[in-house]
Amino acid sequence: MENNNEKKHNSLSVFWDEFSRSNILVIILAIFTGIILGGVLVAFTTNEVYDAFRVSLWSGIEAALKTAWNTYVSLFNGSVGNPEKIRLAFESGNDLAIRRAINPFFESLVQSTPYIFGGLAVALGFRAGLFNIGVEGQIFIGAVTGVWAGYAITGLPAIIHIPLAMLFGALGGGIWGFVPGFLKAKTGAHEVIVTIMMNYIAFRLVDWLLKFPMYDPNEVTPKTPWILETAKLPRLFENPVRFHIGFFIAILMAVLVYLLLFKTTLGFELRMVGSNPNAAKYAGVKITKITILAMVLSGALAGMAGANEILGVNYRLLPAFSSGYGFDSIALALLGKTHPLGVILSSLLFGFLRNGARSMQLAVGVPVDIVSILQALILAFIAAPAIIRTIYRLKEPKHEETLVTLRSWKG
Amino acid sequence: MAPVLELRGITKRFPGVLANDHINLTIEKGEIHALLGENGAGKTTLMNILYGLYNPDEGEIFVNGEKLNVSSPIDAIKAGVGMIHQHFMLVPVFTVTDNVMLGEEYVKAGGVLDRVKAANKIREISNIYKLDINPDAYISDIPVGMQQRVEIIKLLFREANIIIMDEPTAVLTPQEVEELFKIMHTMVEQGKSIIFITHKLGEVMDIADRITVIRSGKVVGSTTPAESSLNDLASMMVGREVSLEVEKTEAKPGEVIFSIQDLKVLDPLGAVAVDDMSFQVHAGEVLGIAGVQGNGQTELVRAITGLEHAIEGEVRFLGKNITKLSPRKITEIGSAHIPEDRQKDGLVLSFPISDNLVLNTYYLAPNAKAFWMDYKQILDNGKNLVENFDIRTPSPMIPVSNLSGGNQQKVIVAREFSRPIKFLVASQPTRGLDVGSIEYIHKQLIQKRDEGCAILLVSTELDEVMQLSDRIAVVYRGKVLDILDAKSASKELVGLLMAGIIPSEEEKKKMVSKKKQILMT
Repeated sequence: MENNNEKKHNSLSVFWDEFSRSNILVIILAIFTGIILGGVLVAFTTNEVYDAFRVSLWSGIEAALKTAWNTYVSLFNGSVGNPEKIRLAFESGNDLAIRRAINPFFESLVQSTPYIFGGLAVALGFRAGLFNIGVEGQIFIGAVTGVWAGYAITGLPAIIHIPLAMLFGALGGGIWGFVPGFLKAKTGAHEVIVTIMMNYIAFRLVDWLLKFPMYDPNEVTPKTPWILETAKLPRLFENPVRFHIGFFIAILMAVLVYLLLFKTTLGFELRMVGSNPNAAKYAGVKITKITILAMVLSGALAGMAGANEILGVNYRLLPAFSSGYGFDSIALALLGKTHPLGVILSSLLFGFLRNGARSMQLAVGVPVDIVSILQALILAFIAAPAIIRTIYRLKEPKHEETLVTLRSWKG
Repeated sequence: MAPVLELRGITKRFPGVLANDHINLTIEKGEIHALLGENGAGKTTLMNILYGLYNPDEGEIFVNGEKLNVSSPIDAIKAGVGMIHQHFMLVPVFTVTDNVMLGEEYVKAGGVLDRVKAANKIREISNIYKLDINPDAYISDIPVGMQQRVEIIKLLFREANIIIMDEPTAVLTPQEVEELFKIMHTMVEQGKSIIFITHKLGEVMDIADRITVIRSGKVVGSTTPAESSLNDLASMMVGREVSLEVEKTEAKPGEVIFSIQDLKVLDPLGAVAVDDMSFQVHAGEVLGIAGVQGNGQTELVRAITGLEHAIEGEVRFLGKNITKLSPRKITEIGSAHIPEDRQKDGLVLSFPISDNLVLNTYYLAPNAKAFWMDYKQILDNGKNLVENFDIRTPSPMIPVSNLSGGNQQKVIVAREFSRPIKFLVASQPTRGLDVGSIEYIHKQLIQKRDEGCAILLVSTELDEVMQLSDRIAVVYRGKVLDILDAKSASKELVGLLMAGIIPSEEEKKKMVSKKKQILMT
């Protein structure tokens, strides 16, 4: 009996041993630590807390805790929903009230969707050893080609028009990814520089397109015409819930990227080129072909992010429509360890934080920027796992897996 | 007088491994003490303890009879212990002077570096020890052998008396090794003591005053070169009888499988590296390419495996002209390649062993159906090969980076030998490997030869070429100077040719007859 107990204890401690070495625990603790520090920050930036400290130490601490707590409660209410409101809404049976109560949750999913596309784009590039900084530009181009297909191609049923418009988005992004891929493969031009430059070209090109060829004459400011009803991604609920099928398309793309990377010969070649291009060449892989293809696919995923926003949310293209989705995507692809599932999870985290931030500002007057700081803290801790391992006295991983190996500037 | 350095009962445990088990070691003033052991025997751990990088679990260190507590390399340096790592710790874009000064800067008033004073001291040291170093040269501009001498100067600059050299010859050409040995002799004449870590037996016999052999974390014996032989040391190191001689029967060469004609290949900088080279390789024979590193071997191998293309001449394999074919096409015809740098070209280190075992056949049935990979089949294949080729690993699913060099090489050998091949290019197949692995790889090569495979062996280890080859082609500056029959070729003759000296017919005969005499006695 005692022996049995010991065994049980052993298996538990073995489990803990494995778990405490794992990266997942580091990520969880990084998020946790980020939230704690974020709370401290909120307390420090609130005047009431200072006032309370002037009264006494205890009331100061109480005020600080209260402020941090309120902030996170409103962050939760804004991103997931207010549990009390949801309960009342369901009790009342009023459809509109229910939709309003559950809206924060679905709105967070809407916010997460472009992140999933963008994160997948970056992750796919990383796996092939390419640092695609150009996701933001590819999103803009994807949005332009998507919106064009949405309003200029007429007379199609929705079942054809929607996939066609998405495809146009992918095509636009793909072309924008092809250029740096081609230059890298044929001339060795570093993709980081080229994609950054391609971003500027994309921004200004879109500005010009909005002002002249795609300009809606009925408007004063530069805007494209509205897309046709047949091109809109169907919404699953009535107003005010904006949740549309783009989210499921994003999940489907994550599954496809997973299958591509880890189940197909092309994925094997891609990862080989990403991890060791010399060995890939030795094994008979055509590096130029893979490099170009990876950039095209990466760009196409980014382009889908742009098209998704137009076809599912905005229905037309305005200047500066993307608020840095492409740049956040780089961070969250790394947060997700460049794995499609990880990308989904980190996209959800980013989407929920972004969405919650707005109501946080409304409810307790904490600026939205706090969430940016929170994201930055979480990312910094994940990027420097040694800090987390030291704080929580975790064991070193048995072998450090190098998931992302980027080639040098000369490579 | 107390010894310069004494280690008593040093023990170091890592989770699941006893890396050092009560090791005692004594170093006298002015001696070269070789620490001999296979990869993973615990040599480097022991030296890292001495250098303060690890703390020992048990044991004491005495320097000149005084107990020393080292908790960091700074303590070790203060006590006069210096270490030259296998991979140099130099800043390539700095000059020699800056590198030497780094961490111990000479400063003038106002915090300005006194480069002149430091450079003068470097010149002084360079003269005493005959190092021939220009303090103003940039590290990135000087050859590897000279970089190593900069590492030596760094230690002498800090007045180290006990110098640890971790596998210092691994990166050197034979001539550079000789130069290094001369410098080591000068150093001990000047009263320094050297701990020379290696697994190369020949070098130990050449240079060491005393030898300590370590196996599985324990000292298994102490001896001197005069009292022991190569075979004794090898057996002590491996723990069983090993044959350093390669056992092989007479080759039965068949038809010509592979040939090159007037091949001309450029190096990456555009200089001619292979210059009108021609030779043939027959089925069932080993043609060895002997030569000092950098005489066109790398470019030759890259050209015949399709990694680069020759600018002139022809490569024929099984009657086909493969000069302009891609690596994949050449592999598919039945050519195999053990690359000279296994980590750079031969393996994807972050991939599991099983994936590395199908690195160039992943797209073929049964590993893949259409464009879907069959990872279950690949894993099964991995399990089989791990067993058949004795790759030491708990599972074929762990990344190949976790394996020792010898086992990594076995992965490549297993991969290349497990498919039907007619021709094998083995480039430096045993570089950096321990005795046990070398023995294994040599046996595999000869077995493949006896199965009728044509083998082109490229090695800068003269002994290896002499032992394995049936014919020896000596290359010098991109040209084949001569192709010799291995039975009658003496080491002396091959050595002369490697240096670019073509002896007259009479001299040749003399050397051949000398070899016969040696064989008769």
